[in-house]
Amino acid sequence: MSKQVVEKLKANFGTLVLGDAEYRGETTVTVERSEIVKICTFLRDDCGYNFLSDLCGVDYLGRTPRFEVVYNMYNLTDKTRLRVKVLVDEQDPCVDTVSGVWSTANWHERECWDLMGISFNNHPDLRRILMPVDWVGFPLRKDYPLQGPDREPYQGRLS
Amino acid sequence: MATETMTINMGPQHPSTHGVLQLILELDGEIVVKATPHIGFLHRGTEKLSEYRTYHQVIPLTDRLDYLAPMSNNLGYVLAVEKLLGITDLIPERANNIRVIMAELTRLKSHLVWLATHALDIGAMTVFLYCFREREEIVDIYEKVSGARMTSNYFRVGGLSEDLPDGIEGIIRKFAEDMAGHLETYEGLLTGNKIWQKRTIDVGYISGEDAIDIGLTGAALRGSGVDWDLRRDAPYCNYDEYDFEVPVRTEGDTFARYKVRLDEMRQSNRIILQGLDKLKPGPILADCPQVCLPPKKDVVNSIEGLIHHFKIVTEGFKPEAGEVYVGIEAPKGELGYYIVSDGSAKPYRMKVRPPSFVNLQALPQMVEGVLLADVIATIGTLDIVLGEIDR
Repeated sequence: MSKQVVEKLKANFGTLVLGDAEYRGETTVTVERSEIVKICTFLRDDCGYNFLSDLCGVDYLGRTPRFEVVYNMYNLTDKTRLRVKVLVDEQDPCVDTVSGVWSTANWHERECWDLMGISFNNHPDLRRILMPVDWVGFPLRKDYPLQGPDREPYQGRLS
Repeated sequence: MATETMTINMGPQHPSTHGVLQLILELDGEIVVKATPHIGFLHRGTEKLSEYRTYHQVIPLTDRLDYLAPMSNNLGYVLAVEKLLGITDLIPERANNIRVIMAELTRLKSHLVWLATHALDIGAMTVFLYCFREREEIVDIYEKVSGARMTSNYFRVGGLSEDLPDGIEGIIRKFAEDMAGHLETYEGLLTGNKIWQKRTIDVGYISGEDAIDIGLTGAALRGSGVDWDLRRDAPYCNYDEYDFEVPVRTEGDTFARYKVRLDEMRQSNRIILQGLDKLKPGPILADCPQVCLPPKKDVVNSIEGLIHHFKIVTEGFKPEAGEVYVGIEAPKGELGYYIVSDGSAKPYRMKVRPPSFVNLQALPQMVEGVLLADVIATIGTLDIVLGEIDR
């Protein structure tokens, strides 16, 4: 089922589909960042992926582009899942918001901004959501220390 | 006459917000104009912490997400790691069977707290006492099975931490048989109660279309007429071998969600009894030595067993690089785990999709234009737990 969707995407968007992969029965499609809203709208309206389960950012420190934004979507009619990814550059960490496609993306994107520091263009309400409003830094980034910014790393128990 | 709206602060320590949730309410008299939830007071950085722990060490962190349903959190996580490892088919039948029984007990446990606090918020004190009486029995079963009343940490990647204790089947069966009658008691106190009906019917309405758009899952979605349950539609742990129904109501109000959850509890009861009938002796851990701990008797009796145990505890196991997303039907909705592996012994990235987080997002649109008192009912009907919202 998901294979057909990948074919359909390739037929409609051509070079905007950067690649696809199959792992443990799950399909992942990587698409061009600039056209994410168009592609998501197409997936919702023409492929039936009317439910966005989850949206999150992943930090691949050391790789270029450094970040990925991952959209896990679900088709309530066929009961199939699809994962769409966009690659996000470290210098310009932003993606267009898909909160106009699925309203549920609103808080997910706020969380992604809050913890990963990826901003979402045209987002209606892009504020920090889990961290305090005056927090500096993005905790889920790989170069953010586990114990917080101004503390010595934990050395383990002394005895 | 000049009129203006008033902004008031509800929480973060208001009894009906069920934890540290802050709601900024803009009121026009007693009517809500705008509600803005503020969350994050309980943020413990579970996702960050999990990147620094081996796969097994993450299991106790998941207990503390939705602390009213710890075993469901464990289950979602171990299923995701098992999928990542590709050992889903190796899980023994008995382990799956026990997982289902415990997951359904967890659903009852979570729904009992929901019903208790929801009714208490609306003013029905008696139901609270009855529900907590029954919940206590489940907590006792939890303690006998896993050793802990709330933070169970019972499931393992590959199976279970240990087998059920002797005689527990009888206790669970007795509980499930009694539970059918208790559910009638709750319904007797509430369903036909005029005050309850006035406080719940047509309160907190959301249409099925809006519910899908905003990402509602679980009973909140099924109360709006969308027939979707992951236990039936994407079966895990052999749920497809059980005979149960998915209750759906079309009204989309607080009363509909109340009925859906109560019917769900009846179905959970059925599943538990079927699970007990299916229960056969057998192994509880997959035959997968690179992932599972060896039996304790091998650890204390042989050097190979000891080394094996030591290796798994200190180094953990290393799934090949890849990524999976697994969603399960937790008591509150779709609980998803998205795990990325880079081939090391620790998750490279673990994202939890907590049902309460997404369900709470629907609150502002559900309470717009309603009375302040109905905000209390709507928070209750969404069945949120701040532990998993804030992570």
